[in-house]
Amino acid sequence: MMAKKVLVKGVEAIALGALEGGCQCYFGYPITPQNEIPEIMAIELPKRGGVFLQAESETSAINMVLGASAVGARVMTSSSSPGISLMSEGFSYLIALELPCVVVNVMRGGPGLGGIEASQGDYFQAVKAPGHGDGRFLVLAPYSCSEAYQLTAKAFELADKYRNPVMILSDAILGQMKEPLLLKSLKIKTYPKEDWALTGAMGRPSRVIKSLFLDSKELAERNLRLKRKYRAMEKEIRYEAIFSGEERVIAVAFGSIARICKEAVLNLREKGYEVGFFRPITLFPFPGKALLNMAERSLGKVSLVVFELNCGQMIEDVKLSLCGKAEAISRYYPPSILPFPEDIEKELKKCLKSSGFPKV
Amino acid sequence: MRLEVILSGFGGQGILFAGNLLALCGMYQRYQVTFLPVYGPEMRGGTCHCTVILSDKEIASPLVLEPGYLILLNLPSFIKFMPRLKKGGLALVNSDLVKKEEITNFEELIKGKRVIFLPMNTLAEEVGAPQALNMCALGAFNGCLEIFSESTFKKALKEMLFPSKAHLFESNLKAYQRGFQEVKKIVKD
Amino acid sequence: MPEVFRFPKSLKKTLFHYCPGCHHSIIHRLLCEVIDELGIRERTIGLASIGCSCFLYFYIDVDILEAPHGRSCSVGTGIKRARPDLVVFTYQGDGDFAAIGLGDSLHAASRGENITAIMINNTVYGMTGGQVSPTTLLFQKTTTTPYGRDPKKEGYPLKVAEILAGFEGVAFCARGAVNTPQRVLEAKKLLRRAFEIQLRGLGFSYLEFLSACPINWKMDPISATRYVDKLAETFPIKVFKDQLSEGKNEA
Repeated sequence: MMAKKVLVKGVEAIALGALEGGCQCYFGYPITPQNEIPEIMAIELPKRGGVFLQAESETSAINMVLGASAVGARVMTSSSSPGISLMSEGFSYLIALELPCVVVNVMRGGPGLGGIEASQGDYFQAVKAPGHGDGRFLVLAPYSCSEAYQLTAKAFELADKYRNPVMILSDAILGQMKEPLLLKSLKIKTYPKEDWALTGAMGRPSRVIKSLFLDSKELAERNLRLKRKYRAMEKEIRYEAIFSGEERVIAVAFGSIARICKEAVLNLREKGYEVGFFRPITLFPFPGKALLNMAERSLGKVSLVVFELNCGQMIEDVKLSLCGKAEAISRYYPPSILPFPEDIEKELKKCLKSSGFPKV
Repeated sequence: MRLEVILSGFGGQGILFAGNLLALCGMYQRYQVTFLPVYGPEMRGGTCHCTVILSDKEIASPLVLEPGYLILLNLPSFIKFMPRLKKGGLALVNSDLVKKEEITNFEELIKGKRVIFLPMNTLAEEVGAPQALNMCALGAFNGCLEIFSESTFKKALKEMLFPSKAHLFESNLKAYQRGFQEVKKIVKD
Repeated sequence: MPEVFRFPKSLKKTLFHYCPGCHHSIIHRLLCEVIDELGIRERTIGLASIGCSCFLYFYIDVDILEAPHGRSCSVGTGIKRARPDLVVFTYQGDGDFAAIGLGDSLHAASRGENITAIMINNTVYGMTGGQVSPTTLLFQKTTTTPYGRDPKKEGYPLKVAEILAGFEGVAFCARGAVNTPQRVLEAKKLLRRAFEIQLRGLGFSYLEFLSACPINWKMDPISATRYVDKLAETFPIKVFKDQLSEGKNEA
């Protein structure tokens, strides 16, 4: 049968991707701009023998996720910035207990109640410290409806593979924009859970899933093991690059603003400007080696301009990745100030012209 | 082919419905499309707008600074978006709610641009569907450009209407046809 | 010869770490006896919460998950919704269930989640050193109410069982104690009933035990055990609701 093509919002693509990824349980709490996700799950999951439950808060929602994950279900939640903050204690436990789940953050403006416009203000929270302690999420940042569909489905596989939460980091623009989506059936792997999930102590010794380690040696060992796991996740690194070696300026961006940047870069390249494009798709692990590689493979001096819908966060990871081998400049747009491709073109041309402009 | 449109009007005039429908028709006509609703408190009351892009190549940015086309259903939309219309671009304007004489810098705003005035409210009322002025506008727009066929429009409209609104299919179609025919009187291919 | 005493299969053969005179160990044992008698050990998931009883898994030989502070009823909801065939119980203190976790607890009860919640009420925060709790008695001294609980400042003892009894989703609601042999026998019956309610899918079963905390009450074990009677003046020992005895058999 031919795959069906539908015109859907980014958040709808996420929900459809979750269903394709084999999501069995959804627990969440409404918050704009992602309410289509729980609404779709509320319709679809019961039809498939799955579970949908609207919790009384984000705090309880993430703990329902924790419970369902511990008994082996493919489970997810979705929220937006303030709700994600409320879930962060649960995130830390999920990481510590090595429980797989998928968490969707359709970012809105912050801090505080902020606004409901597009923002990438939660970059640091997602990639550096989703909760307290020394834990990480695997973070995927789609930039189109079909990518949102595919990456969300894949997220369930990766979560099970690494027994770690995987976050889909999106924003209000990607979430609310409609695009055609081809509902391809995807090959999403499953991993056996019998060796760790709590299913009742039948025919085996009883099992404990816990994160309390009062013996300091034990705790250190556990954290080092988690660290090795984060290293192993580097196999999953994904990015998109437009680069030949001759570029003098490279625009770096993820998510919705990456689309605006790509438009600007393609326009400029058509006119003969030496500009390139780099889009991290995994934000953690960060494709730093690929960035460094580009800097080293450049025939001349190259500057990387990092465009973000926040006051400058990913720029820090770009700078760290470059090891000083190339210049990195931050161009930042807080919520409500959305640049047009023309604005980005202007910025890139400025960078091309002057090699000695001030660093941020 | 690449077509960039901003549709704008009052909340309640069916701007988002029309934009979404246009994108869906584009998709059925095998174009790449994006439909970006304005996102924010503007969604209720005040002006409401959306951006639709149809292209035969991959669409990167869903945001457009200077669109080639505008569909403007009220005065605040005219004031807000006319300055952004590309030189040589076309604006379809609802003359029932946008009066030239009420706009002090009218000549300056339309300089180098094509503007077609149509009484969208009146046309919709004439076919007995006063609320379907958005379909009238969409019909007029397609009348100018002929991007999609009427059968595509019917297929998309059917899909867009909630089951509870299915009975509005005929009146919406009539409004669309009226807009299409009316603009043909002005634009001769 | 009839068997009158046996070490429960579900109880691990180890020494309890609890303070002398603490009632946790008695309740642990009763819980294990009930799990054995109902034959549900192989499909039971216990939820250890934050407080003295977080080491539940040292003693009870069933699959156990450690829940974040106050969230046991939400975690239990997730488990039971994903796997309705499993038997789920939470084991929480008054701080965990009624302070930080009251929202989670009340909503799970109100939804009628088919799980069993056991709340050990000793009127203080045991693990952190005896601070005031929602269930601290009026004028009771704790480390953070050194002059006694003043209703003008700390309000009144929170009577959880009395609240939950009024919830339609709650099928069983009772308060017991283990400070006399008679009450120990009664407590076991209550525990058994709470699990039977869950096994029949009748809804949320809530069981509260008044419990001694000699160390934080600054008493010797015998005085503390007697002092539980004083708790019972504020928190009456009784069955507030039992839908099974009221004739409801199946959900």
